[in-house]
Amino acid sequence: MTALVEVTGARVRFGEVVALDGVSLTVAAGECLGLVGHNGAGKSTLVNVLNGGLAPTEGAVRASGHDGDWSIAAARAIGLRSVFQELSLCPNLTVAENARLMHRSLSGRGWRRRAGDVARAALDMVFPGHRIEPRMQVGSLSIAERQMVEIAMAFADAGIAPRLVILDEPTSSLDAGLAEQLLAHVRRFVAGGGAVILITHILGEILSTATRIVVMKDGRIAAERPAQAFTHATLVDAMGSPAGDQDRSRRTAQTGAAVLSLPAGARGGGDFTVRKGEVVGLAGLAGHGQTRMLHALHDLKTPQWWPARDPQVAFVAGDRRVNGTFDVWSILRNISIGTLSDLSRRGWIDRRAEAARGREWQSRIAIRTPDLNLPILSLSGGNQQKALFARALSSRAPVVLMDDPMRGVDVGTKQEVYAMIRAEAKVGRTFVWYSTEMDEITLCDRVYVFRDGVIVAELEGDAITEANVLSASFAGAA
Amino acid sequence: MSISRKPWLWSFVAALVVFVITIAATAGASTGGVMQAALTFAAISIIVGTGQMFVITLGPGNIDLAVPATMTLAATLALKYMDGVAVLIVPGLLIALGIGVAIGVLNYALIKLLRIPPIIATLAMSFVIQSTAIATNRGLRIKPPQMLADFTTGSLLGLPNLAWVALLVTVAAWLLLNRTVYGRWVPAIGQSIAAARMAGVPVDGVRLATYVLCAVLAAIAGYLMASFSGGAALDMGKEYLLMSIAVVVIGGSSVAGGDSNVPGIWGASLFMYLVVTMLNTYGLQSGARQIFTGIIIITVILVASGRRRAS
Repeated sequence: MTALVEVTGARVRFGEVVALDGVSLTVAAGECLGLVGHNGAGKSTLVNVLNGGLAPTEGAVRASGHDGDWSIAAARAIGLRSVFQELSLCPNLTVAENARLMHRSLSGRGWRRRAGDVARAALDMVFPGHRIEPRMQVGSLSIAERQMVEIAMAFADAGIAPRLVILDEPTSSLDAGLAEQLLAHVRRFVAGGGAVILITHILGEILSTATRIVVMKDGRIAAERPAQAFTHATLVDAMGSPAGDQDRSRRTAQTGAAVLSLPAGARGGGDFTVRKGEVVGLAGLAGHGQTRMLHALHDLKTPQWWPARDPQVAFVAGDRRVNGTFDVWSILRNISIGTLSDLSRRGWIDRRAEAARGREWQSRIAIRTPDLNLPILSLSGGNQQKALFARALSSRAPVVLMDDPMRGVDVGTKQEVYAMIRAEAKVGRTFVWYSTEMDEITLCDRVYVFRDGVIVAELEGDAITEANVLSASFAGAA
Repeated sequence: MSISRKPWLWSFVAALVVFVITIAATAGASTGGVMQAALTFAAISIIVGTGQMFVITLGPGNIDLAVPATMTLAATLALKYMDGVAVLIVPGLLIALGIGVAIGVLNYALIKLLRIPPIIATLAMSFVIQSTAIATNRGLRIKPPQMLADFTTGSLLGLPNLAWVALLVTVAAWLLLNRTVYGRWVPAIGQSIAAARMAGVPVDGVRLATYVLCAVLAAIAGYLMASFSGGAALDMGKEYLLMSIAVVVIGGSSVAGGDSNVPGIWGASLFMYLVVTMLNTYGLQSGARQIFTGIIIITVILVASGRRRAS
């Protein structure tokens, strides 16, 4: 095995925050390196140092077959590709045009056709059976399909063959079937002499796919061992968070009053009802109408012309750049925007109450920042997501709608949020929770399974199992 | 807080530079006069620009092109109603305000019900409004009540009365933007209309209120300007189309919306007027003057956007 890229003593600071604190790492051909750690542990920063996007304050990056300064261009030239947690395709262009942007060699006459061929071949290779056409506009694709395109493009060979592919939370929007296709491809790619760095919060994926696992904590490497030396439990231990037994006790007898209901639409399928204090899951393959249902429920209960005296629903975004964060604003303003009616009198904002509410939720949900007045974008992705949780949970709304909100959130935080959801449900708050992760679906009291935009099954209590959800998701489709 | 965090400072710096150059040309003989005139004429741009700023803050695509026509119609109808009678000054103002409200509602009705982009909707509205003004005015120039004319041309504590009105408007706008719930909702919509909707912001209500606010401020500006200049003219609002947008941009508000700046409008309005005065002082012809004004606006916007990218 030969070293492809080597980082030595990398240190990176962002203002007050030390993101990387002396990290040394070698990536060799033919290995899949699993990178795990909490939000803000430094994983994304390390990736940016590796791919040349960020020059470390101290330390160096060396690559085989390259001399001189490390840069994005140098990284691309040796075949290093990255897929980020935040999707980076241009939504107004087609799949083929995006391929052209990523692979400069696809130039000259007929580039559109060749770019289309490259994109199609890559998609066929990684996600056989996909239904994406190269001439489709990226904006018209679902978030899962966009992620598929982005991943496939990283593995595409157009002039420069990929040698090291960095996948940062690649499966966060993919359902179980697609995730397995991707992991199978990663294993094939690695077996063929390629290298992959895999970052994911789903530990099962790391354990099943990685050959070596690096655990990061507070900007340092906390543990580094072959994958076989880890189990789920020891991995969680190494990350330094209490594993916490998942509270799987759920109440099956539901007597509460219905707080929200939506009759089946013109397209058929089952009705939708939630009762007070219930945690209702929306399951099924990604992009089969769950998000649309959440939006419909939200629009039903939120006035557009005059502010509601008592908010009926709060919303936690999953695709936070589309309908979550306000990028110009501070963290505090991002949290308080949902609860301004509680923090004001006759339309005048009580800024002291606002700041106090912000501090309370910063400690309750552990948002890692020295100052809530810093811009929201100064936070890592997972911490931005926590701010969105704080926005929704701090409201008085009796119903909280969640649109796959745990994308890119670390295990420790997830457990905290699960516990918070349980506690809130016990005192009568209702949650409608769309999730692409089976672990979360099994936490729900009741689950609606979606297929092709409609509800096809309703599972309750012990009937909520992976097998039942999958069989409902796929029934009749094959 | 560093200078880069206070973009409005630059518009004042630019205004000061132009002021000094102008005064230098006259060897300091007309310092007081230039300043008085600048404050008076800037006051109108400030009032109109403040309304436009709220609309631009609503995000990409939001702009009110009906501002000049609104000024003209409000002034025409109010002056016609008052017909030079002093006791009708307040009812006349109410008529101007009512016209502002009506135009704001109609603007947003076009945008919302017919799903027309604001730039087209307000432009179409402005033709309707302007035609109404022509039909009612018929080329007559009715004088404002003497008391009102005296007020708009007078001054208090050395500051023109119009500048006091503009100050009142901007202080109110600043409070509205920085201390109220509505003031949070407007930039929230400007940053991301989808996120604002999901955060429970009553998006349609806020946008309607903002278009109404802009039209009402334009109506007030028209009322004051006609009273100041001795009567309503059909082309009185013409130059305030570009002016209202330019002062917002030069004043440091983001053209992309979501981020606005009230103090900057003062600096930018003074700057815009002083540029014209400076070019007059140096004896440029009207055509050359307009070319220079255009070049200066473009330069300021380029410098401002470059600075923002760097910070």
